[in-house]
Amino acid sequence: MSIETTTQDQRSNEKPLIDVRNLQTAFFTDKETIRAVDGISVNIDAGETVGIVGESGSGKSVTARSIMGLVEKPGQILKGSSARFHQLETVKAYASEFSDHTVEVSQLRDQHNPQDLLDRIQSDISPETFDRDNRSDITLTDILAAGYGDKLGITSERDCVFITGRSGNRPENITSGFIELTRLEGEMQRKMRGGRITMVFQDPLTSLNPVFTVGNQIKEALDLHRGLTGEEATREAVELLEAVGIPDAGRRVDEYPHQFSGGMRQRAVIAMALACEPELLICDEPTTALDVTIQAQILELLEEIQEERDIGIMFITHDMGVIAEVSDRVNVMYAGEVIEKADVISLFENPKHPYTRGLLQSIPGGQGGDRLQTIEGNVPTPNEPADYCRFAQRCPKAFDACDVVHPKHVEVSEQNDHTAACLLYPEEKSQAGAVSLHREKGKAGDGDRMRGEKQ
Amino acid sequence: MSQNLVESGAEVSSDRRREREKLVEIRNLKTYYGESGLFGGRPVKAVDGVSFDIFNGETLGLVGESGCGKTTLGRTLLQLEDATGGEVRYDGTDITELSGDELYQWRRNAQMVFQDPDSSLNDRMTVGEIVREPLDVYEWGTPQECREHVKELLDIVGLRPEHYYRYPHQFSGGQRQRIGIARTLALEPDFMVLDEPVSALDVSVQAEIINLLEDLQEEFGLTYLFIAHDLSVVQHICDRVAVMYLGNIMEIGPTDELFNNPANPYTHSLLSAIPKPDPTATADRITLHGTPPNPRYPPNGCPFNTRCPARIRPPEYEQLDDEIWMGINTLRDVLLERQRADRSLRERIRERLGRQTRFASVDETYDDLFGHLNIPQDAASVLDEIVDYAADNDEDQALAVLTEEFGSVCEKESPEYSTVSETGRQSFCHRHSEEHARPSEVLDERY
Repeated sequence: MSIETTTQDQRSNEKPLIDVRNLQTAFFTDKETIRAVDGISVNIDAGETVGIVGESGSGKSVTARSIMGLVEKPGQILKGSSARFHQLETVKAYASEFSDHTVEVSQLRDQHNPQDLLDRIQSDISPETFDRDNRSDITLTDILAAGYGDKLGITSERDCVFITGRSGNRPENITSGFIELTRLEGEMQRKMRGGRITMVFQDPLTSLNPVFTVGNQIKEALDLHRGLTGEEATREAVELLEAVGIPDAGRRVDEYPHQFSGGMRQRAVIAMALACEPELLICDEPTTALDVTIQAQILELLEEIQEERDIGIMFITHDMGVIAEVSDRVNVMYAGEVIEKADVISLFENPKHPYTRGLLQSIPGGQGGDRLQTIEGNVPTPNEPADYCRFAQRCPKAFDACDVVHPKHVEVSEQNDHTAACLLYPEEKSQAGAVSLHREKGKAGDGDRMRGEKQ
Repeated sequence: MSQNLVESGAEVSSDRRREREKLVEIRNLKTYYGESGLFGGRPVKAVDGVSFDIFNGETLGLVGESGCGKTTLGRTLLQLEDATGGEVRYDGTDITELSGDELYQWRRNAQMVFQDPDSSLNDRMTVGEIVREPLDVYEWGTPQECREHVKELLDIVGLRPEHYYRYPHQFSGGQRQRIGIARTLALEPDFMVLDEPVSALDVSVQAEIINLLEDLQEEFGLTYLFIAHDLSVVQHICDRVAVMYLGNIMEIGPTDELFNNPANPYTHSLLSAIPKPDPTATADRITLHGTPPNPRYPPNGCPFNTRCPARIRPPEYEQLDDEIWMGINTLRDVLLERQRADRSLRERIRERLGRQTRFASVDETYDDLFGHLNIPQDAASVLDEIVDYAADNDEDQALAVLTEEFGSVCEKESPEYSTVSETGRQSFCHRHSEEHARPSEVLDERY
């Protein structure tokens, strides 16, 4: 885990493109509160594909929608969640355009001590809320990004651009900073969504409007985000369609979605997503509705696009085969939590969490043997705080402690950054030792998680 | 060691199959849509002349891309669709000829499990009512016996007797699929068509249903036609597999053989397109270009010729670069699309007046496809001629020249089925005849 220090200015280049920390999205209904996403942390670098895999109901799509700002009532992103968009060009553009909503963290550091602030918020707030190991690691940036600055009177509710380093007074002199995606709204949200971060959905027919030509829909995005209109926009639209491998683009641009085949439609949707030259592309099951031969074409296309434009891709799917093929790193989700994260090779060669193992074993064709391994039961609805392991009731290796201790992410192999949230690990410790380690990690109260406080 | 085991297993099963009798014989079966009536026009050839046998007690897989006619074939076998031509002989009777009472009686023997458990169960009926509906239709036993039988069925598929009084919405996807399976078992059929029974389910649930289907087959000696697009599921559950493309069966044979050593170029490409759950796999994938043709306008000759990676090329252009061939194929697709695109009145008027229309950009398309390539003189002059025709909106002539110049036996004649292995596996491809190289050799060379 990274520790913010005074050398932060120099490290700005090492920041991931997007850094999601302790993201929690809950749906408040009359009957219950469903924690669809319950404290997940993911980061994606430019040019990298990060896969998110899980069964239906595990919270994959809600994660994507939270980042895009597409969560609708009764859904809400909870306080303590943070999704930082670190792309420097974007930060500069936002800082000059929305200077009213910009916070100079570098100047505030002198005035506030993070430890004092923590005491003022809540005495029992846990480092985990900020995705940190120790309380002393928590920085001012963490506190402000997670939304606690409002109550303390440091930030105002609509502030969303945080400048952490600069070499002069002008926006161009900013050397590091980020945009807090969970705090965006209005115009700032619209500029981000579709402009810097775009999304490709599962079913191309529902993301295309049947009464407008495909060209028209691409031109709409070009007009909104790049100010292109008329002939110029048409030319750009044709070029985009060509770039995603649609032959005879000059004719296709004037056709309607129903005149396209399924694969072509998904290509057109990808063209729309690329229209504004995004930095991050979120693909939510983009090939699930397509045939294998067409799926192969689309995956190839995404790979080409990524190579050409160096964009970060978040790839959501339930298909382990697709994940193995496209991603560099993988997060396995279960009932709103990431239960294992690793680079793609370690995950498939050496899965650690019992759920990941079960998932891989239930794929037909993989192993010999007549009967397929199954995981008994279903994904539970995460409707109460996770103070236990949500997989315990289906887990073949569950023991008593699994029902009372919430497992935290621990390193599970020599490979870098291969972590799993399971009480069986770390392997070198005895069972009791491991359990107490997890208990210790989750101690100092789970603060907000328990209360599900609205932001 | 394990290899030996697998091989001997395959032998045993094929021996067993020879002893088995044929349950269903399908001969030259055709199902066309939309040709009846005065204004029928061109029919959609969903199933275009298939012949194969289904043996007693086996699982035959039917795979293919969406729109290739697999579901239509399954439904025609159960007489849920009327066959346009050909025969389906079930235990010696041609069921396409049956009607009225005979059909009603026969239908007891054959049942279907549907893909989507949400839409195939009536939300207003309890599980008990759903499962006993077939029993009521056939006036099976007393109400008391029916209820007992239904509870037995629920037990067989892994549900509990108290589920009898619940409604479908109270169950998860996997459980709902179990209800659907219990319903099909009610009349003790011999033959079941499973139309994508696990596609809508998550992997872990999918595994449970597959295990259940296998158990049931063993217990009741059922014969399955398993329709799926997920090839790994098919590989696991099926004894034999038929690969379908555009209403035709491209290859049919024992599963292990077909997966490990496919004969037909389409089977090759389909198998190589499956993403493997192994990030280290260095698959030399054959990516098919374009989409399957419209079944209303199937191509002449071999149905797969528009996308085939091992298409036979005319000898005078054999040395042409693969990229140029790809361009030629795309150009043909574009011309075909243009030929069939409806021109609106406005477009026709613009065309008459010599204004820009969406069809006028063929030069650009040509540049896009071939601009960066170095095309030999003879091919280039032909391509120029084609583009000239296309620019004049004479797609028919352009296509005729293209087929004449770059076409081969694949475009001109329909292939014959050739037996490609000792187990009687059949493949539908010109390349199995003596004068051409085998598909696998060509694919190795080209990819």
